[in-house]
Amino acid sequence: MELFWQQVLAGIATGAIYACMALAVVMIYQAIDHLNFAQGEMAMFSTFIAFQLMLWGIPYWGAFLITLVVSFIGGVLIDRVIFRPIHDAPILSHVVVFIALLAILNSSAGFIWDFTVKSFPSPFGSAPLFGSSLISAHQAGMIGVTLLLLVFLFVFFRYTRVGLSMRAAAANPASARLVGVRVGWMVALGWGMAAAIGAIAGILIAPVVFLEPNMMISILLYGFAGAVLGGLTSPAGAVLGGFMVGVVENLAGTFIPVIGGELKLPIALMLIVAVLVFKPSGLMGRTVVQRV
Amino acid sequence: MTTLLDVRGLVAGYGGIPALHGVDFSLEEGGVTTLLGANGAGKTTTLRALCGMIRARGEANFAGKRLIGMQTEDIVRLGIAHVPEGRGTFTRMSVEENLQLGAMSRRNGADIKQDIERVYEHFPRLRQRRMQQAGTLSGGEQQMLAIGRALMLRPRLMLLDEPSFGLAPLVVREMFDILAGLNRNEKVSMLLVEQNASLALSLADTAYLLETGRIVTSGPSAQIREDEGVRRSYLGY
Repeated sequence: MELFWQQVLAGIATGAIYACMALAVVMIYQAIDHLNFAQGEMAMFSTFIAFQLMLWGIPYWGAFLITLVVSFIGGVLIDRVIFRPIHDAPILSHVVVFIALLAILNSSAGFIWDFTVKSFPSPFGSAPLFGSSLISAHQAGMIGVTLLLLVFLFVFFRYTRVGLSMRAAAANPASARLVGVRVGWMVALGWGMAAAIGAIAGILIAPVVFLEPNMMISILLYGFAGAVLGGLTSPAGAVLGGFMVGVVENLAGTFIPVIGGELKLPIALMLIVAVLVFKPSGLMGRTVVQRV
Repeated sequence: MTTLLDVRGLVAGYGGIPALHGVDFSLEEGGVTTLLGANGAGKTTTLRALCGMIRARGEANFAGKRLIGMQTEDIVRLGIAHVPEGRGTFTRMSVEENLQLGAMSRRNGADIKQDIERVYEHFPRLRQRRMQQAGTLSGGEQQMLAIGRALMLRPRLMLLDEPSFGLAPLVVREMFDILAGLNRNEKVSMLLVEQNASLALSLADTAYLLETGRIVTSGPSAQIREDEGVRRSYLGY
C-alpha cells in the first residue's frame, strides 16, 4: 500500500509540472486559437537562462525571479515580432512558424550550452520530506510552488481589471474591442504569462529529468494530454487534466508490468486519442459552436 | 444645435464587395437619428464602419476627429459606445463583470462604482441578477445589460443596432421608453438602426432611409412618417 501512495504522490508532483505546461498551452490557445508546439522549448530555454544566471553566481531564488521576468518579456516579444504579423494567416502558417521556433530554440540552446546532460540544483534538496518515505522534499516543493502559482493566477484573473480584460479578449475579441480593451496587448500579455509559467515548470522539473535541450519534449506531450483531457477551453480543466495525467502515468508505469518505465509516454498519446474520440471538449471544456 | 457626427461618402464592404456606396448623413448633438432600411440595405455595415470594425473609406467626423482609419479601441475612448446586433455580452461572465468591462477604458474606480449603481437604478432587474452569468439572462435582460454596459463608458454617442431584435412587444416598449429617458435625461446622442420603422420613428427626431448602400430619403421623423413610399414599404399601411 505504501508503494501505491508513494506513486500517487510522485504522480501529483510530476503532474504539477504537466499542469503548468497544460496551463501555458491553454492560455496561448485561448489567445490565438492555436496550439503552441514550441511551448516546451521555450520552457527549456528559460531553464538554461536560470542555469546561466546561477553559473554567474546569482543565488537560486534571484535567478528564478530574473528568469521569470526575462521569459515574460521574451514571450511578449515572440508574440509582437513573430505572431502578431501573421495573426490572420491560415493554420498551416502558424504550425510552420511554431515548428521553426521549436527548432531555433532547441538548436540555439545546444549551440550556446552544448548538448551534454547537466545537473540542475533544487532549492528544496532531494532528501525525504520530514523523514517520510512517501515523498521527497523536492517533489513537495514542486507541488507547493505550483499551488502558489495557481492561487496567484486565480486571484489575478478573478479580481483584477487586467485579468478581466484578458478574459474578455479571449472570450469575445470583437466585443472586447467595443468596450475599449486593447485585444492585441492582451494576447501579448497572455504569451508573456505562458512563457513565465513554462519557465517555472522547466526550472522545477530540471532537477528530475536533468538539463539538456530535449528535456521538455516528453513533458510537453504530457502537458498536451493534460490540456486535451481537461478541455482546451478551460484553464482550470487543463490544470486538473495535468495532475490526472501525472498520476495515471505513474500508477500505470508501476503496476502494469507491460508498461513499466519504457511505455509511459504512449499512455499520454492514448489519453489524447481517447478523449478526442469520446469527449472532444474534454472534462471541463465547453463545446464550441460555430455558425457557418 | 451643433453637429456631433458628420459622415460623407462612406464606402465599406466585406471581402472586396462593397455594401455601402457613398453614404452621407449627419447627427445633431443630443439628438436621436435613425437609419431605416430593409435587410441588406447597409445599416449594420454603416455602424460597423463607423467604429472601425471593418475597413472603410470616406469621411466620418466625430466632434472634430476623423474616425476612418482609427482603431476600434481608440474610437471607444472618444465616447462612442456601440451596442451591437445580438448584444455581444460576455455570456460566461457575471452581469457585474460585464458592466465593469464597459468602463474598461476609464480609470477612476470610485466613479465606476457609482456608475454601476446608476445602471442598476435604470435597470433594477440587473441588480437582482448581478452575480448571474450573462448567458443565463432572458433576451430582454441581455439587451438591458448591453445598453447598461454601453452607459458605463459615459458615452457621448450610442450606436444602437436593432435593440428590438428578438424581444416580446411589451419588452420592446419598455426598452424604447428607457432609451428615450436616457436621451432626455443623460443627453446621450443616439444613432439607431431598426427594422421596425414605426418604432424607430417614434424615438428619433431625424431619419435617413437606406436602400442598397445609398441614402435615398431623409428628413425630420414626422415628415418621413408621412412619406408615401416609406409608409408603403416600411410602415405597411
